[in-house]
Amino acid sequence: MDLSFVILVEILYGIASLALISAGLAVVFGMMKVINLAHGEFMMMGGYATITAVNLGVNVFVAMLIVAPLVVGLIGLVVERLVIRHLYGRLVDTMLATWGLSLFFVGSVTMIFGNTTTSITTPIKGFSVGNYQINGYNFFIIFITICLLAGIYVLLKTTRAGLIARGTMQRSDIAAALGYSPDRIYMATFFFGSALSGLAGAVLAPLVGLVPTSGGIYIAKAFITVIAGGPSLIAGLISSAGLFGLVNQVFTFAISPVIGEVALLVAAVILLRLLPQGVTARFFKGKM
Amino acid sequence: MSRTAGKGDVAALIFGVALMLIMPMLISTYTLTVLVIYGMLGLSLGLIWGFGGILCFGQAAFFGLGAYTYAVAAINIGESTLPMLLSILVPALFAALLGAMMFCGRLTDVYLGVITLVVTLILFKFTNSTAGPQYKIGEARLGGFNGIPGFHTLNVPGQPNAYIWGEPLYYVCAVALLVVFFFVTWLLRTPFGRIAVGIRENETRVSLMGYDVRARKTALFAIGAGIAGLAVGLFANWAEIVTPGLFSLGQSAEIIIWCIVGGLGTRFGPILGAAGLAYLKFMLGQQTMVDNTLITGIILVMFVLFLPKGIVPAVTSLWTVSFAKRTPKGRRHRSSARRRGGAHG
Repeated sequence: MDLSFVILVEILYGIASLALISAGLAVVFGMMKVINLAHGEFMMMGGYATITAVNLGVNVFVAMLIVAPLVVGLIGLVVERLVIRHLYGRLVDTMLATWGLSLFFVGSVTMIFGNTTTSITTPIKGFSVGNYQINGYNFFIIFITICLLAGIYVLLKTTRAGLIARGTMQRSDIAAALGYSPDRIYMATFFFGSALSGLAGAVLAPLVGLVPTSGGIYIAKAFITVIAGGPSLIAGLISSAGLFGLVNQVFTFAISPVIGEVALLVAAVILLRLLPQGVTARFFKGKM
Repeated sequence: MSRTAGKGDVAALIFGVALMLIMPMLISTYTLTVLVIYGMLGLSLGLIWGFGGILCFGQAAFFGLGAYTYAVAAINIGESTLPMLLSILVPALFAALLGAMMFCGRLTDVYLGVITLVVTLILFKFTNSTAGPQYKIGEARLGGFNGIPGFHTLNVPGQPNAYIWGEPLYYVCAVALLVVFFFVTWLLRTPFGRIAVGIRENETRVSLMGYDVRARKTALFAIGAGIAGLAVGLFANWAEIVTPGLFSLGQSAEIIIWCIVGGLGTRFGPILGAAGLAYLKFMLGQQTMVDNTLITGIILVMFVLFLPKGIVPAVTSLWTVSFAKRTPKGRRHRSSARRRGGAHG
């Protein structure tokens, strides 16, 4: 009984963390069609922003939920103005340019913070269920992810800004004809996407030892999740993160963490082979 | 565009041999060997991406797979001729299987990239976790993160004790690169190569003409992987150790960057990009002022923004604009040369 509860929490945590690391990319890649290979580095910088802010005496939750998204969002804004702006619609070029950016960020962070591991302690204590110890922070991540997904849904579905953003992503020429500036809207959406990446990196920072190259662990998983999810943002994220998180955790418990990771990747290859356009191109069509 | 060897090929051969003999006076052969090997690796992706239009994120997968094949086979067999052949064949076979799976599913661009990337990651994670005595193939322990050191290096075929290393190894690699270069040149002139370029230009049209696009793409993919395998067989001999780092994302990224910087759709570009950037990285590694990765990143961003076609096509078009005769005939010649792949190097 206790064990099944622990496993349930772990599975939920696996799903939530996948959805969390993919949310920013879902906006930047899923909506804007910019293959952002610097996504992992945005998350890494979110982590560093949090740790720096905490060391300066800011409350850890403020640092995570406000400082990190703002800092990374601003970095994203600069990047969009300088580089990405020139490359909309050129899929392969955005990929190469953002790969260059990711190397640039890794290099800069290495020069500023050094090539050593930094970390902060988890702000929430663990507790025990029967004979097992559960990390209380896992609940926080599940909670944050649910809030985040609900927030994105409400923002895109019900507000005017969300409507304009979605419309511009579909037909920027029509949006321009209606009097909106696609340039501004793309800029704002990229800011939003980068901020989401920063938030994800910040929330996950206490769980990992942060090094300048830690972005690399997220990027592949995030891409797989977003691409397997397909065209619908929220439904796609939930379905693909749900599937991959489940596969990962089941194999982790049954065999070992490495096999869990490999099983996730194999599942992704099979899924993409069967549904090359993603889950939501076949199921849940037309949902958000 | 005659199909037989023309003046351009003779010039390229003379140029190549001259370069092979002159370069050791400028750079030490130890460094040069690895530059040549990287050039070959760049060419392998240049072939399938630049001429076949297949963006493969997983060239490092073939690179790593070939390296491990060579190391395991060399330890078990105790000489190097058969392992070299295996290090070409195993990646080619693996690519054929992977390609057949992907191309029969009609996966294109991004999805192709993601699958090849994921396969690289799977191999990386797997080899990283193979520490411990239970993971071994024959006599060879896979060694996890530490990789496999101490295998039998390249020897004269049939004489396991006559090792080839140092300066002779450089000449072996350089000649191998020349052979591969002319193999690619020949391949692109055969009907197979021309149809591959046709597929890059318009896949639907070629398939409507009755060609089996899937089989042809798979074959080209396998050939590219085989060239990468040859490169890594030599690389393993140069480095004398193989590690999971060969499978890493950074490795894949570098190969793509070489192709972009050198110039896609040319044969000479990826070689130049690979050797040039690897040498630049080597030089940058000797100073501690600025981080190496930072500069690589800036170079890549700058190239995508300002010179998206790469160095060789830019230089070629500059050359034709400045010196070519402005006759209709000349113009036709120029455009066909550009389509075929431009540079006469």
